[in-house]
Amino acid sequence: MKVSVFVSPKQGVLDPAGQATLGSLKSLGFDEVSDVRIGKYITLRLEGIDADQAEERVREMCERLLANPIIEDFRVEIER
Amino acid sequence: MAELYEELGLTADEYRDIVRILGREPNKVELGMYSLMWSEHCSYKSSKTVLAQLPTRASYVLQGPGENAGVIDIGGSLAVAFKMESHNHPSAVEPYQGAATGIGGIVRDIFTMGARPIACLDPLRFGDPASPRTRYLFGGVIAGIAGYGNCLGIPTVGGDIYFDPCYDENILVNVMCIGVMPKESLIRGQATGIGNAVVLLGNRTGRDGIGGASILASQEFDEKSQEKRPSVQVGDPFTEKLLIEACLELLERKLLVGLQDLGAAGISCACSETAARGGVGMRVYLEKVPLREEMEPFEIMISESQERMLAIVEPKHLDEVLGVCRRWGLNAVVIGEVVEGDALEIYWHGEKVVDVPASSLASGPVYDRPAERPEYLDEARAFDPSSLRHPEDCGETLLRLAGGANLSSRRMVWEQYDHMVQLNTVVYPGSDAAVLRIKGTSKALAVSCDGNSRYVYLDPYAGTQIAVAESARNVVASGGVPMAFTNCLNFGNPEKPGIFWQFREAVRGMADAARYLELPVVSGNVSFYNESFGAAIYPTPIVGMVGLIGNVANRTGIAFPDEGLLVVMLGETLDELGGSEYLWLLHGLTAGEPPRLDLRLEKGAQTVCIEGIRRGIIISAHDCSEGGAAIALLECCCAGGIGARLEVETELRPVSWLFSESQSRFVLTLRDEDLDAMRELAGSRGVPLRVLGRTGGDRLVINDWIDLEVREMNRVREEALEKLMRG
Repeated sequence: MKVSVFVSPKQGVLDPAGQATLGSLKSLGFDEVSDVRIGKYITLRLEGIDADQAEERVREMCERLLANPIIEDFRVEIER
Repeated sequence: MAELYEELGLTADEYRDIVRILGREPNKVELGMYSLMWSEHCSYKSSKTVLAQLPTRASYVLQGPGENAGVIDIGGSLAVAFKMESHNHPSAVEPYQGAATGIGGIVRDIFTMGARPIACLDPLRFGDPASPRTRYLFGGVIAGIAGYGNCLGIPTVGGDIYFDPCYDENILVNVMCIGVMPKESLIRGQATGIGNAVVLLGNRTGRDGIGGASILASQEFDEKSQEKRPSVQVGDPFTEKLLIEACLELLERKLLVGLQDLGAAGISCACSETAARGGVGMRVYLEKVPLREEMEPFEIMISESQERMLAIVEPKHLDEVLGVCRRWGLNAVVIGEVVEGDALEIYWHGEKVVDVPASSLASGPVYDRPAERPEYLDEARAFDPSSLRHPEDCGETLLRLAGGANLSSRRMVWEQYDHMVQLNTVVYPGSDAAVLRIKGTSKALAVSCDGNSRYVYLDPYAGTQIAVAESARNVVASGGVPMAFTNCLNFGNPEKPGIFWQFREAVRGMADAARYLELPVVSGNVSFYNESFGAAIYPTPIVGMVGLIGNVANRTGIAFPDEGLLVVMLGETLDELGGSEYLWLLHGLTAGEPPRLDLRLEKGAQTVCIEGIRRGIIISAHDCSEGGAAIALLECCCAGGIGARLEVETELRPVSWLFSESQSRFVLTLRDEDLDAMRELAGSRGVPLRVLGRTGGDRLVINDWIDLEVREMNRVREEALEKLMRG
């Protein structure tokens, strides 16, 4: 089973990489860009587990390692 | 409003004062500003009267407390700015970002004065080393310091780390920064000159660190998203680096009238403090502040977004200032102007949302809190260590101490820090003090941070005197002459009489030691409310001492540098196991009388050591502190990879001589031909001097008490922390 995890900085938390990219895009003439947020996309392959269990396990992985819940949000997508 | 003030942490009396000052009820924005500016953190309302007794003057002090950092003159038209502060609570919530933004804040304090930051030092306190939470916090804090500091290109050259269960729920992350500048570049956080522009530089403002005041949000806004109010600030070291370079360039070109960094309470604090210091008023147009997201006026006023500075600029220099900032890729916007009077007026799209006297924000209430000697003291101090059964094998005990969390090598930590960048670090971390050369001169700075909270817990007055004495001793052992110090005073809740007594006694001890040793306090920070579940940390005042080495060639290291040298002990070893690391690690106790400090003897020993180093008699020097003479000797052996054979004549039991933490002692090495001169020098100051033996071989042998291979001792102390922290 393939699982995708999207981790992004929480709303309102400063995202230095996003801000730097925003500045660079503007300096390249992409004036229409008003905000950039940069996160990560993680794929996992799980075996021997059903989809409901997988969701719970992956959320735990995010809470404990893959994301920093204090400053990041995450979203889990399971390909059934 | 009346129902809001309590939730914002203001008392009924404070609210009445605000109404009296304004002659009316404050509005929401004003209330938010007062609640922050009158908080303990910004106003020092509990500590101000006590801190007044600290000596702050000397002929070479250019700037004492009250500014962003203290500044001393080191001759040759150069000056040194330094300060220490705390970032304890943010680091407990998010260790990486908490520590990182702590570095960012203290570095800004230094270049705000016009100095180029040349080094950071970080005194850290963690809980039980065996707990997984300690390991998590430890890893995050170290990585945060390294991540931010390394990106800035400022070396982290020292600090100290101790573990004790009293910090389980409340770690301490103190940060110190030092900068060097031409004396003429000194600038203050003052707004002067009616009509001058108020310019905001650096990062855009977001909703950082306003969690506590979010009850001020309008209802409709609140419903939109709770999550929009994170209290965690994220550091951006690359913007900070640009700020450093831009500000130093602006100062060098003499384009600024005043400069202030934005820290706690953000724009509220920066505007009111600069206006109050300059005795002027200020008008600010809040809609001009560059924002990351849509925000309400009160949020913009109190946001703690990092990497921002406030500059006061004469109109004729404005274009040039904005041009310099543009070249460094920084936002720079005129947000207001200096006006006559003393009112801070804030406008939001033409509407006046704040009109208060700036000085009333900057100088909050002052409290004289009740103090009462806590009850634990009598019982804890009555304990007599001689009643204990001491282990037979002193060698094994020494290895246990050297391999314990508190006395083992910190290499795994400082190797993560870039400790060499800028190429000024001539004595690396792991010695008594870090030594930094000052480019273009033969001078160097010796810097050390110290504070043993067990001593302070057992005797706040004497324990804090020891912190001052020991940090000075560390500077002396490195060849420096101590000049001045900064401090960070970490305590529990000052509203509790027992805690306030600890604080008052600690500051009294610091003041007395500083006065006796003629060391002014030039900056500092107080961190109260270091408590969790009603339990306070041990009172933890930390001293950051700066000394000057006139000629960097005269620095000394701790290592036994060669075979066949005489090993001598300067100072007196007494039966003083109270409050020692030995008592804690071997017996699980923090009890007894902490070591005594005789300031006369301390000053004598330091003077002898300085003079001996200056005359080239002393070849290596190491102070004796935690772990006693045995640990000091072990460290001298390990640092140089050379052993020693020592015969100690003493009335004391072996454990007492080896592990007592008696103060005012140095382990020195000398050549045979200099012994008489050294005896005379020590004798002239009435400081005891005893020959212990000679360096040489690959073992440390002390009487028939200890016989250990240097390589084995080194392995134990080098491996310990990594093993403990990797679980």
